[in-house]
Amino acid sequence: MVWLIGLLTLAGLALLFGVILGFAAVRFKVEGDPLVDQLNEVLPQTQCGQCGYPGCRPYAEAIANGEEINKCPPGGEATIQKIADMTGRDPKPLDAAHGVEEVKTVAYIREDECIGCTKCIQACPVDAIIGATRQMHTVIADECTGCDLCVDPCPVDCIDMLPIEPNTSRWQWDLERIPVQTIDVSQAQPITLKNKQESS
Amino acid sequence: MSQPHSPVKLWRFHGGVHPPERKTIANTTAIRTLPLPKALYIPLRQHIGVSGDVCVQPGQQVLRGQALTEPGVYGGLPVHAPTSGIIGEVVEHPSNHPSQLPEPVLTLIPDGQHTSASLQPVADPFSLSGLELIQHLHDMGVAGLGGAGFPTAQKLSQARAINLIIINGVECEPYIVSDDRLMREHAKDIVRGVQLLQYILTEENQAPKAVIAIEDNKPEAIAAMEQAIAISHAPIQLQVIPTLYPSGGEKQLIEILTGKQVPARGYPADIGILMQNVGTAFAVAEAIDQGEPFTRRVVTLTGESFQQPGTAWVLLGTPIQHLLECAELQPDTPQRIIVGGPMMGYTIADPRTPIIKTSNCILAPTNKELPAAQNESPCIRCGACEQVCPAKLLPQQLLWMAKAQDHEGLNQHHLSDCIECGACAYVCPSEIPLVHYYRKAKAEIREEKIEQQKSEVARQRFEARQERLEREKQERLERHKKAAEARAKALAEREKLAEQQATATGAPACDDETDPIKAAVARAKAKRAQQQAEASSDSEDPQKAKVAAAVARAKAKRAQQQAEASSDSEDPQKAKVAAAVARAKAKRAQQQAETAAKASDASKEKDES
Repeated sequence: MVWLIGLLTLAGLALLFGVILGFAAVRFKVEGDPLVDQLNEVLPQTQCGQCGYPGCRPYAEAIANGEEINKCPPGGEATIQKIADMTGRDPKPLDAAHGVEEVKTVAYIREDECIGCTKCIQACPVDAIIGATRQMHTVIADECTGCDLCVDPCPVDCIDMLPIEPNTSRWQWDLERIPVQTIDVSQAQPITLKNKQESS
Repeated sequence: MSQPHSPVKLWRFHGGVHPPERKTIANTTAIRTLPLPKALYIPLRQHIGVSGDVCVQPGQQVLRGQALTEPGVYGGLPVHAPTSGIIGEVVEHPSNHPSQLPEPVLTLIPDGQHTSASLQPVADPFSLSGLELIQHLHDMGVAGLGGAGFPTAQKLSQARAINLIIINGVECEPYIVSDDRLMREHAKDIVRGVQLLQYILTEENQAPKAVIAIEDNKPEAIAAMEQAIAISHAPIQLQVIPTLYPSGGEKQLIEILTGKQVPARGYPADIGILMQNVGTAFAVAEAIDQGEPFTRRVVTLTGESFQQPGTAWVLLGTPIQHLLECAELQPDTPQRIIVGGPMMGYTIADPRTPIIKTSNCILAPTNKELPAAQNESPCIRCGACEQVCPAKLLPQQLLWMAKAQDHEGLNQHHLSDCIECGACAYVCPSEIPLVHYYRKAKAEIREEKIEQQKSEVARQRFEARQERLEREKQERLERHKKAAEARAKALAEREKLAEQQATATGAPACDDETDPIKAAVARAKAKRAQQQAEASSDSEDPQKAKVAAAVARAKAKRAQQQAEASSDSEDPQKAKVAAAVARAKAKRAQQQAETAAKASDASKEKDES
């Protein structure tokens, strides 16, 4: 008799949990893979396609499905490290077959050579080029991700990828790069000073 | 030292150090006026914010005090001519910043006359509203002389419900005596400036309290200020505080005087306090009472390498080289030139660097006097840095994290609250340049943030574009579908009509020979076949294609040369178009040649197999 009670109790519990889990599976169903969104967030969003996928999100989806994590040259080692942390995989060095980590660039259109063909506008993944047919085009430098995709379609090769100019507000404190000079004041004539006080 | 001037309780911030003061090198002589330099290099961006538009022409004669730029948007301040002379070009010049990166400067060649433009003093400032005075200070280009060079007008206009103005005359950093000398010689103007600031910040007839804080190592300045306050009968309190570095830091001084702490990432205005440097108070008085634009400041020229150390009124934009000459530098080998003090200053590499609103000191120490830090040893975890940190941070923890680039950890340990005072590096027995690591880490964190924002924007733009392309595709399909339907309908109707006609006339439907549509189709087919034949002959013969490509290239080159030659004389537009067309042709020809070569290779391989 005791074994029957035990059996019934266990069966009852199993049924109860089954119902709860079944309900939860329907009620709290997650649309899409949250990992893809997280991966997409750490990718640099250049949409350059160097990984072999048409944009960052497709590559994020591919990583979630087991693709290698070292195919993103614009992201570089930092991005690989972040993806490795997220997916729990071992970080790998950047796959050189997809390119190497380079200095960040922006596209620049030599405007007097532009013939207004709109081909670069169609190629730009982030709509950072403005212009119209037979009108000069130009790049919105702040929006350009430096993906390189506009360079190839240009029939007159008037697009350059220029490295981003460093400025004081984004300087990285690399003091080693400042050339040390010897100040030569030996030739300077000492000037006799007027030691008078400024009246104000 | 006793504190006869401190009737109220003073607090003490955590940590602090007592470095050798060495103020007597420069504070014994009066502020002097230097001869004019050969040229001034006036940076267009002399403050936080964007640079304004230059409103003078190269070659134009300007007078002292004339505005050179029109301030742009948010945070801009006009820049004025420090002396009369001729305007030169806008050129790239090494900036007065640790990076020494070039930035645009306006050159001004002084004519030696120092002629003033007509200045516009405010006759009776107390009859104007605070807002009008703030606008006047903005037009005069007054900026904070304490550290960041924040525009004073902006600081005042953003301040709400201020109940305490602190005038910072602490000047806690070793060597620097600019404020000390200014207080000794211009105490009256400083007090006047404080009164004006009090008036500007008056809300509902309630003027904020004003406290002038001075460290007790400046007895002459204290005496001068005390006298000036007594003469003016102004409700200003003088507060002497004990000497301790970095008491002059904004947050530290507020804690000393009030016992309150400014919230992290907050401003003193959040707790009803506004702080101004004594130099700024002086500039405010000059700007309002004399209509004097902000074009000069007191700079301390100190260090044992100078034969004539002291303080001087220096015009903004004066190259540091000129100051080295004026103070008779006897260079040590190697001679370091430091902008700012020994604790927080930075070494500059190029003596052409101009003086800007925030440069309070040029320090030229001998190597014996101030040896350059070099023997960085590993951290021994002694904890001395933690004992002296005025922000109550954990410097050695921050050092590990900065080295490991653990940005999240740095944020958790409040790196952003570090005021970069250098006290930790000063006491470090291992001579670790701690602040340098923090500055680097701060820059990295800032860069990471910018990159993140940029990538977020790029993602949004990319997704918006994908959506647009998808929508356009759907619309196109829809249009095609509709067109196809319309065509089918029209055809059906025509057939119906033809049938009706046929049945009506009883003649055969149509004649093959005479049907114009069929004839046209046949012609098109023939043409396409011919083109195909030509194309295939091209691809079959790569040699031919290559020759054609070469010819095209040659043509393109010639065209370009012609275009270049004729661009001056003939219509340049036409030439450019020709050049562009030629380049396009050359590119296409090359691509064709490449594909042809590939095709022939492939066919060869096929043949071989």
